[in-house]
Amino acid sequence: MKTAAALDPKYLIVFLITLVLVVGEARYHILGGYQRLATTLGICLATEALLSWWLRGRVANLASAYITGISLALLIKPQANILWPFALGAFIAIASKYVLTYRGRHLWNPSNFAIALLVLIAADSVAILSHQWGNDLGTNLVIWAFGLVIAWRARVLHVTLTYVACFILFAVLRHFIVGGPLFAELAPITGPMYQLFVFFMVTDPRTTVSTRRGRMIVVAIVALVETLIRLGGDYQLELLRPFYVSPPILALALVGPVAMWWDLRRKAAA
Amino acid sequence: MLSRRRFIVIAAFVAAIGAVVFLNAGALTSGGSASESIHLTEVAHASGIDFVHQSPTLDPKVNHIAAHIGALGACVSVADVNNDGWPDLYFTTSRFGAANALYLNQKDGTFRDVAAEAGVAAVNRPGEGVSMGAVWGDYDNDGFEDLLVYKWGYPQLFHNLGNGHFEDVTAQSGLRTWMNSNGAVWLDFDRDGLLDLYITGYFRSDIDFWHLKTTRIMQSSWDFASNGGKNLLFKNMGKGHFKDVTDSLGVGSTRWTLAAASADFNDDGWPDLYLANDYGPEVLYLNHEGKRFVLARAGLEDDSKSGMAVALGDVYNRGEHDVFVTNISEKGFLFQGNNLRLNFLKQLGRFDEVASGVVADAGWAWGAQFGDLNNDGLLDLVVANGFISADSGRDYWYAMSKIAGAQGNIFEDAKNWPPIGSASLSGYERSRVLLNRGQAGFDDVAQEAGATDLLDGRAVAMADLFNRGLLDVVIANEKARALVYRNSANPAHWVELKLVGTRSNRSAIGAEVTVEIGPGRQRQVVDGGSGFCSQNDRRLHFGLGDQRLGSVTIQWPSGRTQVLNGLAIDQLHVVTEPR
Repeated sequence: MKTAAALDPKYLIVFLITLVLVVGEARYHILGGYQRLATTLGICLATEALLSWWLRGRVANLASAYITGISLALLIKPQANILWPFALGAFIAIASKYVLTYRGRHLWNPSNFAIALLVLIAADSVAILSHQWGNDLGTNLVIWAFGLVIAWRARVLHVTLTYVACFILFAVLRHFIVGGPLFAELAPITGPMYQLFVFFMVTDPRTTVSTRRGRMIVVAIVALVETLIRLGGDYQLELLRPFYVSPPILALALVGPVAMWWDLRRKAAA
Repeated sequence: MLSRRRFIVIAAFVAAIGAVVFLNAGALTSGGSASESIHLTEVAHASGIDFVHQSPTLDPKVNHIAAHIGALGACVSVADVNNDGWPDLYFTTSRFGAANALYLNQKDGTFRDVAAEAGVAAVNRPGEGVSMGAVWGDYDNDGFEDLLVYKWGYPQLFHNLGNGHFEDVTAQSGLRTWMNSNGAVWLDFDRDGLLDLYITGYFRSDIDFWHLKTTRIMQSSWDFASNGGKNLLFKNMGKGHFKDVTDSLGVGSTRWTLAAASADFNDDGWPDLYLANDYGPEVLYLNHEGKRFVLARAGLEDDSKSGMAVALGDVYNRGEHDVFVTNISEKGFLFQGNNLRLNFLKQLGRFDEVASGVVADAGWAWGAQFGDLNNDGLLDLVVANGFISADSGRDYWYAMSKIAGAQGNIFEDAKNWPPIGSASLSGYERSRVLLNRGQAGFDDVAQEAGATDLLDGRAVAMADLFNRGLLDVVIANEKARALVYRNSANPAHWVELKLVGTRSNRSAIGAEVTVEIGPGRQRQVVDGGSGFCSQNDRRLHFGLGDQRLGSVTIQWPSGRTQVLNGLAIDQLHVVTEPR
């Protein structure tokens, strides 16, 4: 009999994101329409099945596509009643795994890549999840509690905690640099987008470097780049405006693939 | 070597990215051809209207976001105050010592401010609060429109004495209750022939903005907040006295209501209430024979945004009251989108939200009103936009986004908000004039029509100001001058109705008029307050285009139905309710 301990961590993540979806929809109607979920989930699963079969000769495990589909359905908040960001975002996310590869590994977390791309090149149509989670402490605590336990079981808790610690550290630093209220700098990490970010994106084992220490360093760098983007927002650097609509997502999109590339190259050299 | 299959996948991937770029570019187009039939000319100054709104000064404890909190109060309401057959305008301002204005129509294309001599100017006083809007209604059925000024402070009721002067009757009216209100509507909810009053609460009523005891005054959620001020329903008991019946009627929402409108949405003969709530879903209270209101499940409860205005219009001439509610859109940060809800209450028990394109995305939208600007028989839509136009090189959106997604107990405390300083927040946004093309949807023709202002619009009101058979547009702007857009649309046929209640309230507020226009039938309701802190002219205006005017059916608030046939077109008809 398969024990919970032997269960692929991927399925724990599947459980967690399903929990986020169910709680968010039941309490806050976070999806904004089931057609959005059907679109992202359907296209993610279909694209994954089709491309894995077509390019690799066998249909891949669809758990990862499921996570990506739900992440996109939750995170993308487009202009009213348009579905194409969900459809194209879903396809681009999964296809990126087969196109943007290095030594057989994809470099970006699929949902991170798709969302970063959408907010950068389609800002007139697409925004990202911010307050549509009700701003309710109780619900977030449930998600954080489950998330932390599952991250621990999935052996990625060090990634999550490193990022959170770095975020808090940099928030305090920004508070002293910018001069605004400390809570304003700390506030973002209490929001729903960060739940998805710290439990599903920065922890993605397929797009993180191979060593524990390396992973911690990478997320610390992600937090640092995020802070630089945030400071750009505080000081109104026009050049960075496309980035400061979603600093953590874009920081990961910048840092993650470089780290992966460097790690894969280092391993190959060794 | 790249395999053929991999090449195909890469090509599809690149094509998908190209499609994103292409479709996103489509979001920027606003429609509207150069040869539109609406022509608006801004004539405020030329008409003698030089009203400039001033925003309130608040307790220093919230100085760092005072520009955000206090960016309200520029409002306009229309009524024929002196019964001379010409619509007059009342504007509110919001700073202590600043005077509201009552512009009497001089019948020659100009207006004259008589607020001071009429006694309705000096209402912004320490200890009493500042104006946030006003609505007209003849609460005592004496034939003269009375004035309710709602405030952050004590609302004030002014009795129109009919001699050019008003008397402040608040003290004896039972309305002297401190509220932080941004909206009110007159309605006769129990159809007893006396106008009742629904005043909406925005900030909690225990907050005195000039003597703050706490900075925990903000919303507890951006989507589902219910810690706002309580809305109050006052029943008109006659003889100038009102009684608070909020709790017994079940309409005491605390959902940060910014606007309300009343009409018979479900055709049961009783006026219902539709609320636009900031930080929460819209609310429809269905009136059960004047005895109680019931919160309707009408497809509204799942869709939480930042409702700021309720405009009523029969968009496709179906004989229904459809609803337009303004919301916020800001590139990259937030696309809530305005709601255009088609009324299918009778058929499906719900509204269907159909806004898209230029209807959905107008910026940080505030006031809005429907009106047939080109007399083609279809109701067009004017939307005022823009929140805070300050330093155009600084933007508060990023700073606000830090706390927007956070836990409610963080941003409920104003002291945790980043200082806004001199930054703009969705500033310098243009108004929208959306031309109704029927099944083809709406086109934004603002630029072609001549509505080019970039002021921070709040209230929009429509009236045939110059008695020409054309609807003009008045916009009250925050911390800026009011605008009067004189309409010179292409000639087309029209008909206007002024209703005078006898068994119903004299203002005929709540009367429902359905006019057969060719194959369609357009429904309008006499306005007791709508849009955002505004009120259209009491007279109903129907454009006819080149279509035949059929029967006109009036459903009076008393319950009486009156059918008029063979009305002459291109003129105003005064219709008195049969006794």
